[in-house]
This record gives sequence, structure tokens and C-alpha cells, in this order.
Amino acid sequence: MKYGEVLAAAHGVSFAEGGTSILERVDLAVRARELVSLIGPNGSGKTTLVRILLGLAKPTSGKVERRPGLRIGYVPQRLAIDRAMPLTAERFLALAPRGGAAERRAALAELGIAHIAGRAVQAVSGGEFQRLLLARALLAEPELLVMDEPAQGIDVAGQAELYHWIATLRDKRGCGVVLVSHDLHLVMAATDTVICLNHHVCCTGQPEAVARHPEYLALFGPASQEIAVYAHKHDHVHDAAGHVHAEDDHTHDQHHAR
Amino acid sequence: MDDFLIRALLAGLGVAVVAGPYGCFVLWRRMAYFGETLAHTSLFGVALGFFFEVDVILGMIVAVALAALVLGFAQRDKRIGSDAILGILASLTLAAGIIVVSAAGTVRLDLFAFLFGDILAVRIVDLYAIYGAAAAALAALAWFWRKMLAATLHDELARIDGVRVDAINLLLMLLLALVIAVSGRMVGILLVVALLVIPAATARRFAKTPEQMAFMAALAGALAVAGGLWGSFRWDIPTGPSMVVAAGLFCILAWMVPRRRAA
Repeated sequence: MKYGEVLAAAHGVSFAEGGTSILERVDLAVRARELVSLIGPNGSGKTTLVRILLGLAKPTSGKVERRPGLRIGYVPQRLAIDRAMPLTAERFLALAPRGGAAERRAALAELGIAHIAGRAVQAVSGGEFQRLLLARALLAEPELLVMDEPAQGIDVAGQAELYHWIATLRDKRGCGVVLVSHDLHLVMAATDTVICLNHHVCCTGQPEAVARHPEYLALFGPASQEIAVYAHKHDHVHDAAGHVHAEDDHTHDQHHAR
Repeated sequence: MDDFLIRALLAGLGVAVVAGPYGCFVLWRRMAYFGETLAHTSLFGVALGFFFEVDVILGMIVAVALAALVLGFAQRDKRIGSDAILGILASLTLAAGIIVVSAAGTVRLDLFAFLFGDILAVRIVDLYAIYGAAAAALAALAWFWRKMLAATLHDELARIDGVRVDAINLLLMLLLALVIAVSGRMVGILLVVALLVIPAATARRFAKTPEQMAFMAALAGALAVAGGLWGSFRWDIPTGPSMVVAAGLFCILAWMVPRRRAA
């Protein structure tokens, strides 16, 4: 059996705020050992969906379930830490519920940030802080790892390294992974399920088999092994306002408000 | 040294030791206005206590706890900002409290002492109350320390880690109400927030970890209490305000120390 049990699932989840509909009847499930890539344009509701899945927000309608006692590692897209509390990087890790000093040092070393252990957490660079958040997610010994745009602001080589690390983690620990990606066409090669979201699920599928065409490799370099192209299969188009038209509907010039 | 001075010093030290760590949380959670509101509400609670002939301290604690709960609910509606809600509640309760007190007649309650503190009139039984409350508040803080820090630092990460953030927040608020009610007797309710915030702000200058900051805040508070008492004795000035000025001076001095490297 390739995948294990269902770790978390959203059924028909809708979310509206202040009269604006952000999510419409979205289904999403992640199983143990499954790697789900969630992609979509800015403002499409990816972060909202993830937060609902994690129980940080309540859907307006629909159901969310998580396996009881699920250990979750979460790396949010943005995290602001107030400067009022004096906190070193290692102490920040110590605020997590699991892990002693040895585990913390190991996590820092694994992410290549052992050198910032004694530095104030508000004074580390953006990239270092990102890795610190990953280290903290690791400490939870997660069964489900959720990362919101972890490759944001990282160059292609760095992305490849990150994706390789995530795939290894999934293989070693057998956890489920939900990855929110900023890129509409390139996803982790190791992805099992791609979900394209634009307020509703536009399409789902698998990424193209990693192309070993010499021109493709020449274009992206060895890093390309970690990244694959995803071909969208939409049966509809969106107008500028985000409303949906059926794709073959050339003569229909009215909106269907969804 | 006279008995009453010794008692005053002991009372002050007891309050400083508990106000230090709680003051750190007031800073970390940016709750200074909230503390101010709780303090004003305690006057209202005392006044109501007189009116209904129940124990004054009980009236204070009940009023403050109620205010904390009202604030918790009011803050959910985002149309009026938290600071405005606090401003409204703080002024309302203070004004209402003063009205009730003056209606009851000043012979029964010394308003000045309530507003600015009455530490030199502390009795042995008050010391028991102060140290008892301080011990309980510190024990609770120690027990829940990691969870309170996690919930304070980042609400969502803490929730994901399984911390019951809403319960922790409520507990912290009620304990803070207790600390304010107990400290208010010393420096008066108009200045009690100063005892929370100023030593913690002093400690921030030098602390590298949350624990260091809590400890240093207690120390700074103790120094302020001792210095304020001495100043009050030496120059015959009101004791509560004298302690606050001492605390303020230490704070300014601390931040004037030049940095050798970024904190």
C-alpha cells in the first residue's frame, strides 16, 4: 500500500469573509506518505484552505477532519515575532512541546543553522528564520508536515535542495506533506497529487514524469531533477474577476456568479 | 527601623517579586492599557464592595475578573479597536467608582489612599494576603511557563503544538487581575501599572532570555520599592509615587547604558 491512513481531509469546505467568497466547496485530503502540492494564483485561497485544514480557522460550511492526536509540523508563509521578548534561536525551539537539548542541536545542524543557536531570533536573516521554522516543525516529529510557500525567496538551486530534503523526510519518516507552492507550473518532482486552486478546485492530477530531455536538463541544470512540470487540465476559464465560464462557451457573454 | 517601615518594605518586596514576571507578560503581550483598565475597575469593585457590604478585596477581584471577561468578548467585534474599548472601560469604571465612593461618604473610604496607595498602613494580616496571593500567582506562572510563553509568542504555532491557547490566555488574564488587585493597595490604582511595566522595561535592556527578564524585572522592582521607601522617609513625600519615580529613574538609567552590540 503506497499511502497510509488519511491524516487530514476537507470536504466541501467553503469560506466567505465580509461578503467575499474565498473558498467554494473545496475537497482536499492528505494521507500518510502522500505528498500534496497545492498551487494557484495569489489570492486564490491557498493559505486560507491550509489554515482551515489545520483548524486555525473555521469554514463557513463543509467539514474538516483530522486524525485524533495528529502530530503536525507547520511552517507558515509569514511569521512575525514581536521584538519585546528576548529569545535566542535555540530558546525559540525550546518552546516547542517536544525535544530536549540534544534534539534541538540535531535539528539545527540538520538545517545547517547551528551557528545561529545563540542569536536573537528577531535578528537572524529571512532565510535563516525560514530554516529555523523548519527545524521547529521537525522537532514535533510530525506525522503531517504543512508548508506554506517554503521556497519563497529562494533561488532555483536552493529550491532543489529544499525539495530534496522534503522528499527525503517523507521517505524516512513516512509523514504526509502538504506543500503550498507559489509557482503555477513547476512543482516538486516527488509530488503525488497536485491540486490547482482558484477559490475552487480547478483541476487535480500528477506532475509530468521528470523529463530527461537533454535540452530540459541544460536549461535547468541538475537541479531540475527535483522540479517537474504540471500540465493543467481545466474545463473552464476564469475572467478577470475570477468568475468561471465553461471553456467551450464562446457565445455566452454573461457571468455565472459562483 | 520602625515596625511599620519593615512591614511596608516586606509588602513592597512581595509585590515586586510577583509584579516583575507578570509585568514581563504585560510588555510581551502589549497589555499595558489592559492593565490600566483592570486597575481602574478595581476601584469600582471596592466601591461596590462597600455598597453591598461585602469584603472589599472580594469586590475588587470580582469586578476585575468581570472586566477581564467583558474585554475578552468586546474585543471580538473589530469595529471598535481594542485600545478604544479599553479607554472606554477604564474611564467608565473609574468615574463610576468615584461616584459610588463619594456617595458612600469619605469617612468610610480614603479615596486618596486608594488612588495613590497606602503602603505605610499595611498590617501583618495584609502581609499574609500579599504573600499568599504572590505565591499562588508565581506557582501558577511556573507551572504553565512554557505554554504561556508559547501562546504569547505566536498564537497559531502554539495551537498547532497542542497548547490550549484560549484557556491559557484566560488564566493569564485572571492571574494578572489578581496581581493588580493585590499591588493596587501599595501604590494605588492610578500607578499600579507602573510597577508592572517599568521594572520589566528596565529588565528588557539587559535580558537575553525570557527567564532572565522575569528575574531582572523582579530585582528592578525590589530596588524601586526600597529606593522609593527610603526617598519617602528621607524627604517626606508620598510613598507610592516615590516608588514609581525610583522605578522610572532606574529604567532611564538602564537604557542610557550604551550598547556594545545589538541586543
